Amino acid sequence: MSVTQSSPGRGPVIGTSSGYELVQGSREFRTLRRRLGYFVVPVTVMFLGWYFLYVILAAFAPGFMRITVFGEVNIGLCFGLLQFGSTFLIALGFGRWAPRNFDPLAARMRQRLETGRKP
Amino acid sequence: MVTVGTPAVNIAIFALFVAATLVIAVSAAGANRTTTDYYAGGRAFTGRQNGIAIGGDYLSAASFLGIAGLIALYGYDGFLYSIGFLVGWLLVLLLVAGPLRNTGRYTTADVLDLRLRAVPVRAAAAVSTLTVSLFYLLAQMAGAGGLVSLLLGVHSAQGQDVTVAVVGLLMIFYVLVGGMKGTTWVQIVKALLLTVGAAVATVWVLVRAGFSLSSLLGHAAAASPAGRAVLGPGLLYGVNTVSRFNFISLSLALVLGTAGLPHVLMRLYTVPDAAQARRSVVWTICLVGVFYMFTLVLGFGAMWLVGAKQIEAAPGKDNSAVPLLAFHLGGTVFLGLVAAVAFATILAVVAGLTITASASFAHDIYAGVLRRGQADPDSEVRVARITAIVIGLVAVLGGIYAKDVDVAFLVALAFAVAASANLPSILYSFFWPRFTARGALWSIYGGLVSAVGLIIFSPVVSGNAAGLGGAGPSLISDPHVNFAFFPLDNPGLVSIPLAFFLGWLGSVTDPHPSDPARFARMQVRGLTGVGAERGSHG
Repeated sequence: MSVTQSSPGRGPVIGTSSGYELVQGSREFRTLRRRLGYFVVPVTVMFLGWYFLYVILAAFAPGFMRITVFGEVNIGLCFGLLQFGSTFLIALGFGRWAPRNFDPLAARMRQRLETGRKP
Repeated sequence: MVTVGTPAVNIAIFALFVAATLVIAVSAAGANRTTTDYYAGGRAFTGRQNGIAIGGDYLSAASFLGIAGLIALYGYDGFLYSIGFLVGWLLVLLLVAGPLRNTGRYTTADVLDLRLRAVPVRAAAAVSTLTVSLFYLLAQMAGAGGLVSLLLGVHSAQGQDVTVAVVGLLMIFYVLVGGMKGTTWVQIVKALLLTVGAAVATVWVLVRAGFSLSSLLGHAAAASPAGRAVLGPGLLYGVNTVSRFNFISLSLALVLGTAGLPHVLMRLYTVPDAAQARRSVVWTICLVGVFYMFTLVLGFGAMWLVGAKQIEAAPGKDNSAVPLLAFHLGGTVFLGLVAAVAFATILAVVAGLTITASASFAHDIYAGVLRRGQADPDSEVRVARITAIVIGLVAVLGGIYAKDVDVAFLVALAFAVAASANLPSILYSFFWPRFTARGALWSIYGGLVSAVGLIIFSPVVSGNAAGLGGAGPSLISDPHVNFAFFPLDNPGLVSIPLAFFLGWLGSVTDPHPSDPARFARMQVRGLTGVGAERGSHG
C-alpha cells in the first residue's frame, strides 16, 4: 500500500480507498491511540466531575461554602482556588507528558506515511 | 454623570496606544497575499507566541472589566465566572487542539468537511461561526461604549455613538492591513500590557491590604452594602431555585463554550503543527489563570476602595469598576494607562473576531459553498476583506444598541451559543465513528436555533424590566411587553444537551450511514497529522 502526496492542501490520498482503514487497524496506530486515550479520557472525566461538584456545591450548599477556614477566607474561596490549582496542574502535566510520550510517536508515523512506506 | 480623570490625559494616552498598535499591525503585516498568510499568519508562529496571542484574544473586556465588576458588586458570584472561563480550556487542550490543527486548514468547517464531505454541513458550520462571532462582537462593542463615555467625558448619546464608530473603523483597519499576522502581534502586545497592568494594580491593592487576602476580604465586606454575604456564593445566583438553575446553566455554557469559540479555534491554525497547537494552549491556560487571580483581587479591591455606590452610579456600571479603582489608586495617569489597556483589549479582541468571521464567510460560504471549492485565492482574500468591512459596520451598530448591558453576561450568552452549535459536531466528528452529515446538520442548527431562540424568549429580552435576579434588566424596558416563557437567562442547560442529542439522533436515523473510510482518515490524520499543512518552519 502506498501513500502519495496529492495537490497541496488536500492531504495525501492513499492508493486504495481503504488505505486509512489499514493504518487505523495497524498495531502501531492502535498503540498511539491507546496511549493518548489513557491520559486524556480519565483526566477529562475527572476535571469535569471536579468542576461540576464545585458548581453544584456553590449553587445548592452555600452554607457549606461559607464555613470559615481562617480569617475571612472560607471553604468556597479555597475550593475556587483549588479549581485554579488543578487546572494549572493538568495543563502543565499534559504539556510535559505529550512531548515525551505522544508527539515523537505521532511524528514518526506521519513521516512514514507521508514518505510512502508501509505503516 | 461622572467623569473621572482628565479627559485630555486619557485621550492622549489612548491616542498613543492606538498609534503604537497601528505601527505594530502595519509593520508585522507582510504581504498577506495568500489565504494562508491572511487567515493563518503563514502558520509561522511558535507555540508560546500563539499561546500569548490566544490569551490576548480571549481576555476580552468581559474578563478585565466585566468579571472584576461583577466581583466588585456581587463578590463571590463574580468569581464563579472566572473559574468556568478557565476550566473550559482543559477541554480545548485535551480533546480539541491537536486533532483540530491536524484536520483543518483555516476554519472548523474544514474539519467537518474532511469528515463528512457535505456542502450543507460546511454552510451550517459557517452560519454558526458567524452567529457566535457576532454575539461576541456585540459584547465587546458594548464594553467599548461604556468605557469610552467614562474616560473621555463623552456623555451625549451621539458622542458615544461616534466613539463606538471610531473603534469599529480602527479595528477594520487592523484587519484589512494586518491580516492574521498583524492581528496576532497586536494581540501579543495587548496580552502582555494587560497582564502587566493588572499585575501592578493587584500588587497595589495587596499593599494597601497589608498583603493579606483575609484582610482584603474583610475590608471589602465591611464596605459592601451586602456585608459578609459577598464572601460566599448566592448573592447573584442564590436568590431562588430559578436563579440556582440559572447558575448551573451558565456554568455548563462557560466550561463547554471555550472549546467551541471560533476565534479561539482559528488561532490554532497559526502554528506549524499539532504539538505546537497544544503547547499554545498550555501557555494560554497559564496566562489566563494568573490573570483571573488578579481580577479576584481587583474586584474585591474595587468593592473596598471604590464602593458599590460609586460603581453603580458610573456610566457603564459594573464595567467601570476597574477604571474607577485605577483612578483611586494611581490618579489620572494610572487611570489613563489602565483604560488605554482596556481599550486596546477591546480593539484586539474585536479584530480577532472580525478576521474569524470574515474567514468563515470567505472561505466557507464564498469559496466552499458558492464556488464549490473552485475560487482562486486572490478572490477569496478579497471577499474576506470586504466581509471584514461589513462585519465591522454591523458591530458598530450593535455596540450603539447594547451600551449598558454587563459585558461578562453578554459573553456568557455567546459561550452558550458556541457550546450548543459548535462543540457537539466537532467532538462527534473526531470521536464518533457513526456520525453523519444529517447528524451534523441537526446538531448545528438545532443547537443554534434552540440557544438563540431560548435567549429571545428569556428574561434577557423581555419580562424583567425591573432587573431582578442578577442579570440586569431586559433589553425591552417596557414592563408591559413580556413574551418570556423560558425562565433561565442562559440557555445552556437545555440547548447544549439538546444539540448533543440531535447529533446522535440525526446520525442513527440517517439513511446514508457513516463511511468508515472517512472516519479512519479523520482519526489517522487527527492523531498523526499526516497530510496536514505544515507551517513555514515545519
